[in-house]
Amino acid sequence: MSVTLNSIDELADNFELLGDWESRFGYLIDLGKELPPMDAADQSEVNRVHGCQAQVWMKLRPEAAGRITIVADSDAFIVKGLIAVLLIIYSGKTAKEILAIDCQVLLDQLQLAAHLSPTRKNGLFAMVQRVRELAQAIQVEATE
Amino acid sequence: MSAISDGIRDDFPALTQEINGHPLVYFDNAATTQKPRAVLDAIQNYYEHDNANVHRGIHELSNRATAAYEGTRDRVAQFINAPVHEDIIFTRGTTEAINLVAATWGTVNLGAGDVILLTELEHHSNLVPWQLLAQRTGAKLRFIPVTGDEGTLDLSDFDGQLEGAKLVSLTHISNALGTINPVAEICAQAKAAGAVTLVDAAQSAGHMPLDVQALGCDFLALSGHKLCGPTGIGALFARRELQEAMPPYQGGGEMISKVEFHKSEFNVPPHKFEAGTPNVAGAAGLHAALDYLDAIGLDAIHAHDTELAHYAKERLSGFEGVRIFGPTEDRGGLVSFIFENVHALDLATLADQQGVAIRIGHHCTQPLHEKLGVPATARVSFYFYNTRSEVDRFIEVLQKVINLLR
Repeated sequence: MSVTLNSIDELADNFELLGDWESRFGYLIDLGKELPPMDAADQSEVNRVHGCQAQVWMKLRPEAAGRITIVADSDAFIVKGLIAVLLIIYSGKTAKEILAIDCQVLLDQLQLAAHLSPTRKNGLFAMVQRVRELAQAIQVEATE
Repeated sequence: MSAISDGIRDDFPALTQEINGHPLVYFDNAATTQKPRAVLDAIQNYYEHDNANVHRGIHELSNRATAAYEGTRDRVAQFINAPVHEDIIFTRGTTEAINLVAATWGTVNLGAGDVILLTELEHHSNLVPWQLLAQRTGAKLRFIPVTGDEGTLDLSDFDGQLEGAKLVSLTHISNALGTINPVAEICAQAKAAGAVTLVDAAQSAGHMPLDVQALGCDFLALSGHKLCGPTGIGALFARRELQEAMPPYQGGGEMISKVEFHKSEFNVPPHKFEAGTPNVAGAAGLHAALDYLDAIGLDAIHAHDTELAHYAKERLSGFEGVRIFGPTEDRGGLVSFIFENVHALDLATLADQQGVAIRIGHHCTQPLHEKLGVPATARVSFYFYNTRSEVDRFIEVLQKVINLLR
């Protein structure tokens, strides 16, 4: 199955088509497996996102025209899949655009919450928080 | 075959439900156990008929509440064969029991350079209270090492390690690996070296027969919720002679005999250590739980738990790339494991989708996991209401999960 996706709508459509939990998780895991690898050197304490039961690392890389690439990884497949979802939502946008996104609405659209435990939701929220914090820092830096 | 019939599951309302469209397979009993109808009824009955504050009242309800509360103290003493019921101090659970010992006995008995001897297997609740005490008193922590994945204690230098030890505190059954420690031998040797002993019985109480006199320990801590009782009630066994010399734990009602504006005289032990209105309903539930377990028989429960653990271990070892922890002999009713290239978090998430509840993580034993070189393990832990066919179902689910992840 190709997992190259351009928008959250496309992702939501695919989720909709995959009726049962097994195909949905299978799809999420495939998304995670296709995540571009993160350099081992970047999998460091400074890039560590706490709040998830698995290990998560994340950094934001500013590109041309104020766009931001998110680089992230985890040692758990489902978490990698969730990272892939966040990348579809956030990566390649400007800091201003990132901060304007209501991630909750988009995640609700995916109906992922029903499959995620409260602990897992906290982990996802921690990743969203980190994206926003890092985007905020980039925005502040750019305006200074 | 186990002496315990599958029909016993009918006593547990929580076990009859479906999770995500599948019958619940509850394999997280080392974290907490489900409650039989008898315990739920005892709590309900207490609130419907006997609810009042204890000890001080002159009226009938207070007498009944006091009888329920003190009756449970007798029952706990009998359950662990404590010499007298005054040896039992009610706490919120094992964690508070250990903290109580650290805060009271520890504060007056430990000083700079004294050694607190623990093991590398300890749950954070039998580690962090001693770290805090060591910071306050200047005492030092020392650890009996664990031998690799087998998870048994290396006691080859135990005599040497006892040098300067004022306290030896260890778990009876490891919640992370299932190791049953030779507690009686350790207590005897510790005692001979002049050390006081504490046994963390969170995983053994209600799972095997317990006899504090046979174990020879000075303190023993247990939780009600891990043996079919309610949450928020547990007990500390503390030998009477030690209690006499211990300062109070918390101040308030119940624990005093005479109060003036600037000073107080304290109640006799164990009441001296039980400030405030206690968890009377919890005590009523705990009483029912102990009656329920004794009716089944602790030997039968232990045999059943252990048999399931061995069966699960045998079935798990059929998987490729699995690493199983814990000893071959003397194992309690749990098995911890990991799979090569599969995160335990993924395993547990996907197992839950199929109604199988397992625990993953460091199980509150971070230093032990550090030593084993794994950030997290998956754990299945059993109780007498679990069955072999549930283990079969778990294996079937696990196979499906592994296929999905690999």
